[in-house]
Amino acid sequence: MSSRRLGPLGEIPFRFDGKSYFGREGDTLASALLANGVSVVGRSFKYHRPRGVFGSWAEEPNALFDVTAEGRTTPNARGTTEFLRPGMDFRAVNAWPSAEHDRKGALDRLHRFLPAGFYYKTFLWPDWARFEGRIRAMAGLGRLDPDHAPPADVAHRDAACDLLVVGAGPAGLAAAMAGLRAGKRVTLVDDRPMPGGSLLWRPAIVDGMPGPQWAGGAVAWLRENGARVLLGTTAFGIYDHNLAALWERRGKEPDRLWRLRAGKIVVAAGAIDRPLVFPDNDRPGVMLAEAALAFLRQHEVLVGDRIVVATNNDRAFATAAALAKAGAAVTVADLRQKGPPAPQGVSLRRGVTLEGVVGGRRVEGVTLGGETIEADALLVSGGLTPSVHLFCQKGGKLAWDESLLAFLPREPIPGMVVAGAANGRFALSDALAEGHRAGFGTGDGPRAHSDDETYGIQPAWPLENAKGRQWIDFQNDVTLKDVALAARENFRSVEHLKRYTTLGMATDQGKTSNLNGLAAMAALTGRSIPETGTTTYRPPVVPVPFTAIAGRRRGEFFNPARRLVLENEHRALGARFREYGGWLRPAWYDGDDGEQAIQREARAARDGVAIFDGSPLGKIEVMGPQAGALLDFNSYNTISTLKPGRIRYGFMLTESGVVYDDGVTAKLGDDHYIVSCSSGHVPGVVLRLEEWRQDPFDPANVFVHNMTAQWATLTLTGPQSRRVAEKLGLENLDLGDAALPHMALKRGTWRGSPARVARVSFTGDRSYEISVPSARAAELFAAMQEAGKAFGALAMGSEALLLLRAEKGFLIAGKDTDGTTMPHDLGQAGPRDKRNGEYAGRRSLFMEEARRPDRRQFVGLASLDERPLPTGAHGVERAGGKPRSVGYVTSSYWSPTLSRPVALGLIERGFSRLGEEIEIFHLGQSLRARIAPVCAFDPEGKRLDA
Amino acid sequence: MQLFPCPFCGPRPETEFHFGGEAGKTRPEPAPDVTAADWSRFLHLNRNPKGETKEIWLHLTCHEFFLLERDTATHAVLGARSLRKGEPAATAASDGEAEAHTPETTFAAEAGS
Repeated sequence: MSSRRLGPLGEIPFRFDGKSYFGREGDTLASALLANGVSVVGRSFKYHRPRGVFGSWAEEPNALFDVTAEGRTTPNARGTTEFLRPGMDFRAVNAWPSAEHDRKGALDRLHRFLPAGFYYKTFLWPDWARFEGRIRAMAGLGRLDPDHAPPADVAHRDAACDLLVVGAGPAGLAAAMAGLRAGKRVTLVDDRPMPGGSLLWRPAIVDGMPGPQWAGGAVAWLRENGARVLLGTTAFGIYDHNLAALWERRGKEPDRLWRLRAGKIVVAAGAIDRPLVFPDNDRPGVMLAEAALAFLRQHEVLVGDRIVVATNNDRAFATAAALAKAGAAVTVADLRQKGPPAPQGVSLRRGVTLEGVVGGRRVEGVTLGGETIEADALLVSGGLTPSVHLFCQKGGKLAWDESLLAFLPREPIPGMVVAGAANGRFALSDALAEGHRAGFGTGDGPRAHSDDETYGIQPAWPLENAKGRQWIDFQNDVTLKDVALAARENFRSVEHLKRYTTLGMATDQGKTSNLNGLAAMAALTGRSIPETGTTTYRPPVVPVPFTAIAGRRRGEFFNPARRLVLENEHRALGARFREYGGWLRPAWYDGDDGEQAIQREARAARDGVAIFDGSPLGKIEVMGPQAGALLDFNSYNTISTLKPGRIRYGFMLTESGVVYDDGVTAKLGDDHYIVSCSSGHVPGVVLRLEEWRQDPFDPANVFVHNMTAQWATLTLTGPQSRRVAEKLGLENLDLGDAALPHMALKRGTWRGSPARVARVSFTGDRSYEISVPSARAAELFAAMQEAGKAFGALAMGSEALLLLRAEKGFLIAGKDTDGTTMPHDLGQAGPRDKRNGEYAGRRSLFMEEARRPDRRQFVGLASLDERPLPTGAHGVERAGGKPRSVGYVTSSYWSPTLSRPVALGLIERGFSRLGEEIEIFHLGQSLRARIAPVCAFDPEGKRLDA
Repeated sequence: MQLFPCPFCGPRPETEFHFGGEAGKTRPEPAPDVTAADWSRFLHLNRNPKGETKEIWLHLTCHEFFLLERDTATHAVLGARSLRKGEPAATAASDGEAEAHTPETTFAAEAGS
């Protein structure tokens, strides 16, 4: 294949479909392939038709590649917007072994069996499963490498500005400069790496300078004067309150994603050339006229030697002139009867009909009015479609302009204005003037001279009576016949048309196909184009990689766990970490064999003493004259009647009466309490206290401070715990049982720091929860281990604690309770029956539902099969033959203390069924269990003071 | 992402806020005097209007509950007010902080639409 480049081909090596080529700095993959004379760059989605480069930028439907560069593979990259880098290796998607020779190419001959709505008509019960696999294997485009995880290196940035200008073409540059002169903070973005927009390829003089030079100067001036100019950056979505999402490409540097809050947004996104619809209009070599001009001006690529330019408007004439000047033999096929005179060196035919293309893998001829003329490229220009995506995303409405044959913004919307070609101002001077005004400009804006200020478009919509297959949507293989079929089958609304035929649903989002599709539907149903309407525009305007959306929020940053201040100390002891209630905590210590370690730690806590890091436990201080009243309202159990220095266990209910959390509250004085709720519920408990503190309580008389992170809490538990505590050197604090009985709290000092000791037990054994400021935690942990050596103290992880509390029947809110569990289901009916005064959830406890006799109640479950019951297994009743769930197992462990399994569960009418046997059903297996009291170990509580 | 005005901290992205409920709901009490129907209405029934509404929102970072007036259909923010006694009413449109962030005053503009 010969080079189509006017100058030297280039020196950047790359590979496409296994063959080696060379391109230039600044080439896109598409321009590099065109320069090398490659005409087939892909295969179509459904029929595997050979396809060539059709557009020159984001509108491209055909040139999709799986690109490998610098060890990173990106699937489905758009060849027209992806820039060439040395050593790039890319393949056509949906083709094997190559786009030129695709084994599935024969599918095109089966097109009659692949009509619109193929999936809806094929995937019908009961047969669909028989062919699902084969069809799925054929569907889809690029290939993901499952072993390749791209790095999480995309930074997300938040920013704000007064004026965001989208598009650095003539209108956008004029708007940005005017805005900066008006004293606004300006951000200008453009998805191309170079400013100028259409000035990059359409010949023009602005303020006495050639277009690209003027654009470069404008950007330099903007940057020097404090504007933020982001090139290679796509504004792909507008969200509530003028938040723009920007995807910035930075070459070899990682992409960036911006969330930019703008006071005003000027959308100057330009317009996109439309295809003409005629038989075989998808052949390689058929291309948008605007794209061919862009390839010529930006990349010195002349797309053909004998070129036919088919058009219904004036703008293609300048294109034809430029191509002829570059050396091609050019024929303009004007579909109109009247138009401008033929440019120099261009032959012109007026009033012709475009009847088809000769050639399969490349254009060999064009049939005009019954006569076929030899050609190697057919350029089409069906008129400009303004890029109004962002305007519509923000809720803007469109109106049909009969003279421009385009949908334009109907009226401005607050916070956004559309300017330039995106607003139908196709003439350069009009676009500059409108941009200038949109950017708060007064007086005159930039002045311009260009040759193509006239448009003169005439309708050239798809005609149903034409012969052959005429493509509307190239990327999704939707033809005029598919649109006609949809109309016949009554999918006539544009939204139905889209979903039934998939028109406009490909990754190009119908940038070249939507208007032709709805024009065809309008003609087929006898309606006007505005009556037919457009589909809804939704973000993103172009495909944005998931890596950009996800940013760094992947892996351990996806939902970061809270870390203990003693994490390193735990790791030094061989701790295995797991997440509990949002905290990363030691599950067990010393070894890979978790089962063994857990049993060992549990035995140490029962026989001697264990050390447990309970720092995440809530430490919410409630202070002020109304502290007691607030806590009484917050709690199911009355709190304020506690004596100072004493602790009470209780529940907190939602207003629906459901148990939200349990925990202990210590009273330090009448105006000072510490709420120790469960670790995972701390933020929630703080907020519910805040809510009631601010209403109905008086926020000047009660305060809520979350001190959880400020204090570390290390617990000594087991029969030897007091002797270890006594060796720690706590001062001003009497550890004797008379001064510090179970459920009491004392304050003192430890090595000069304040310290608190609470006798609260979650294991059922004598326990001391010792809290010191977090900065002293490591020192206290070391002191405990040192003091505990003589007693065989072991560090204990969360798993052993969970086991020990299950032996005692102590519940975990949210594990042993669910979204229906009320306190009387847990055996705590006292406050409901006796308490006066309001508290959260009170009224709900007396509703009909709360009083049902068949509620699920918290009971123990003794396995009768010698092995632990599976957690989550259901209790089953088979009265009447049909099995019915009567509840489920909430916790289950092997108890080393009792040498048998222990389990807890919520079982229907459980309290009145103690001693009954029930069936426990799990994954097809039946087990037997006896309903038992929740407490399986030391029911009298003697060990608390042992 | 919407921009909500905390009366204390100024405009912040909506992810910093938590919905507290429709404004104007009074908790019926004491419990023994409240009918099941009234309690159920308090718990479960909301006006859920399409259009302008008054709601209680919580700013998660400063823990302040406040009154937010907004339009559920257009997402226009009409204003915000502290619920504290004696605190001046702060509205988004007149909030100096909001001006600094979005001089075009998106709220005011959208409120008028």
